[in-house]
Amino acid sequence: MKILVAVKQVPDTATQVKIGADPRAIDTAGITWIVSPYDEYAVEEALRIKEKRGESEVVAVSLGPDRVKETLRSCLAMGCDRAIHLNDPAWKDADTLATAKALAAVIKQEAPQLVLTGRQAIDDDMGAVTAQLAELLGWPCAYWIMEEAVDADGKNVRAARQMEGGVEVFDLPLPALLAAQKGLNEPRYPTLKGIMGAKKKEIRDVKAADLGLAAEPAQLSIVGLEAPPPRPPGRVIQGDVPTAVKELVRALREDAKAI
Amino acid sequence: MANAFWCIVEDDRQGMPKKVMSEVIGEAARLAGGQVEAVWLTDKASDAGLKQLGEWGATRVWLLANAAYAPYRSEVWAGAVAELAAKESPKAIFGAVTSRQREFVARLAARLGVGLAADCVAFAMEGDRLVATRPIYAGKLVARVAWAKGPWVATLRPNVFRPAEAQPGKTAAVERPSLSAPAAIMKFVERREDVSTGLPELAEAETVISGGRGMKGPENYVILEDLARVIGAAVGASRAAVDAGWRPHRFQIGQTGRTISPKLYLGFGVSGAIQHLAGMRTSKVIVAVNKDPEAPIFKIADYGIVADLFEVVPALTAEFKKLLEK
Repeated sequence: MKILVAVKQVPDTATQVKIGADPRAIDTAGITWIVSPYDEYAVEEALRIKEKRGESEVVAVSLGPDRVKETLRSCLAMGCDRAIHLNDPAWKDADTLATAKALAAVIKQEAPQLVLTGRQAIDDDMGAVTAQLAELLGWPCAYWIMEEAVDADGKNVRAARQMEGGVEVFDLPLPALLAAQKGLNEPRYPTLKGIMGAKKKEIRDVKAADLGLAAEPAQLSIVGLEAPPPRPPGRVIQGDVPTAVKELVRALREDAKAI
Repeated sequence: MANAFWCIVEDDRQGMPKKVMSEVIGEAARLAGGQVEAVWLTDKASDAGLKQLGEWGATRVWLLANAAYAPYRSEVWAGAVAELAAKESPKAIFGAVTSRQREFVARLAARLGVGLAADCVAFAMEGDRLVATRPIYAGKLVARVAWAKGPWVATLRPNVFRPAEAQPGKTAAVERPSLSAPAAIMKFVERREDVSTGLPELAEAETVISGGRGMKGPENYVILEDLARVIGAAVGASRAAVDAGWRPHRFQIGQTGRTISPKLYLGFGVSGAIQHLAGMRTSKVIVAVNKDPEAPIFKIADYGIVADLFEVVPALTAEFKKLLEK
C-alpha cells in the first residue's frame, strides 16, 4: 500500500525565537530547524506499517522554502522511499487552509491509501491541517492516535484515539487520515546507512501551478507578533521547611488568593 | 440569528455542559454584546444542561440531538454545523480547546472556507473586526491574528477567560432545527475508560500539581495525590517523568503533552525545561519546589522553595489540611 506522511519543519524548541524586521514574522537567522516532533511519530508509524506489510511505499511531503529539503532528507534517512517538496513563493503566507489545499492536491495525484501526520506542529500549534485535509478530501480522520492497525487486505484501519477520560476505538475505511499523538511509538534514529542512502533518494519539487493552484489570500493572517506579557517578579521563600511551608500557604491564601 | 456568536458545547457526554463553557459563553457575550447562542451536538441532552447554558447567558440553544453525534466524529459534526451555519449566518463560531473540538472546529473552518485561530488566550474587537491573541513557538511569542472574512472560527484555552456569572432563572430559547441525516464514515468500536484517579481532569483543573524527575520514581507520586485530594487538584508530570515511564502519557504537561492554564500550578522536582514551560507558562500563580536553586522554573515562579520535595510535600499537605478544615 502507499502511505503518505505530511511533515513540517519547525524551529527547535530550545532555539531562541526573535521577532524579525517584518513584525509579522520571526527572524530566521541562526535558527536550528527540526522535524516537528509529532510528525516523527507519524513517519515512524508509516515505516512500521511498511515493514509489517512489505510491498509498501512511504512518501514524505512538506511545504516550505528551500531549507525544508533538510527535513525531507531526515525523513528519507529514517526510511521513507521518496519525498515531495511543495516549494513555491505562492505559499509564502500559506495559512492552515492554504497548506491543506496544497497537500490535498498532492494527495489526489499520489492517491495513497493512508495519510499520517502529527497532531500539531510545535511552531504555530494550530493543529488544524489534518482535519482540514479530511474535509477537503472527504475522508475520515482520527486525531490523538495512540495505536493503529491496518487490516490484512488494506481496506480498513482500526485506530484508538486518546480523549478526555478514555480511549475511543474506531474503524476507518481507507483512504483515511490519522494524526499521531505522543505514545504511538518511539521514533527511530536514522542509521549511517540510512543517511547515506537518503542522498540517492528522490526529492521532487512541486510548484503551485503543477497542482493547478494559484496564490490565494490567506483566510487567517498574522497582524503582529509580540513578546508574551512579562510575569510579575517572584520570590523564593526563605527559612527552614516548616517555616517556608507555613509562609507559602499563607501567601497563596492571603496574597495570591489562589486557594 | 444572524450576527450571533455561536459557542459549540463541550459536555461531559452525560448531558451536562462542562465548566469551560461558562468561559467560552462569557467571552463570546462580552464580544457580541450579549448575542450569544449555544450549539449542542449530543445524544443525551438534559433539561438541567439546557438550563445551565441559559443561566450562563446563551440566549438560544441550537439543540442537535441525535444518536449519531456520539461518540464525536468530525465528518458528522462538521456537516451538521455547516448546514446550520449556512442558514443562520453566525458572526463567529467559538469552541473550547478539548480533544474533540480542536479537531472539529478545524474541519468546520475548512468546510466554511474561513480561517481558524486555535488555542486563543485573548480577543479584542478592533472596529468591526475581531483580533485574536494566541501563543506560538512554545509560548516564546504571542501572535495577534485576524480573519479575512467571517464567520470567525476559534477555540479558547480553558481557565484563561473570565467565566460568565450564572444568572439564576435566565433561560435560553431551545431550537431543534431539522438537518440532513448524519452520514458517519467512521465506525465506533469501543471506548476504554482510563483508570480513574478520582482527581480532576488535567486540562480543566483549576489547580494542578506536577511531578518531575525529582520525584525519583513512580511509587512516589502517591504523596502528590495525597496533596491533590486535600486541595482538589489534578496531578500531572513533566516529560522527563513520562519518558521514564513513571506516568502514562496522558498526564504529561508541556509541548508534547497537555497545555494547561490553571489558577494555581505547583511543580515539585520539575526543572522547568522549555518543553514543560510551553505547556504551563500561562498559569496564573506558579509555585516551584526544587532542591536546585538554579532550576529554570524559578525564573517564572511566583513563589519558590529551595528544598527537598520529600520534606515539603507532606508538610504542605498537613498545612493545607489545617487551613481547609477550619
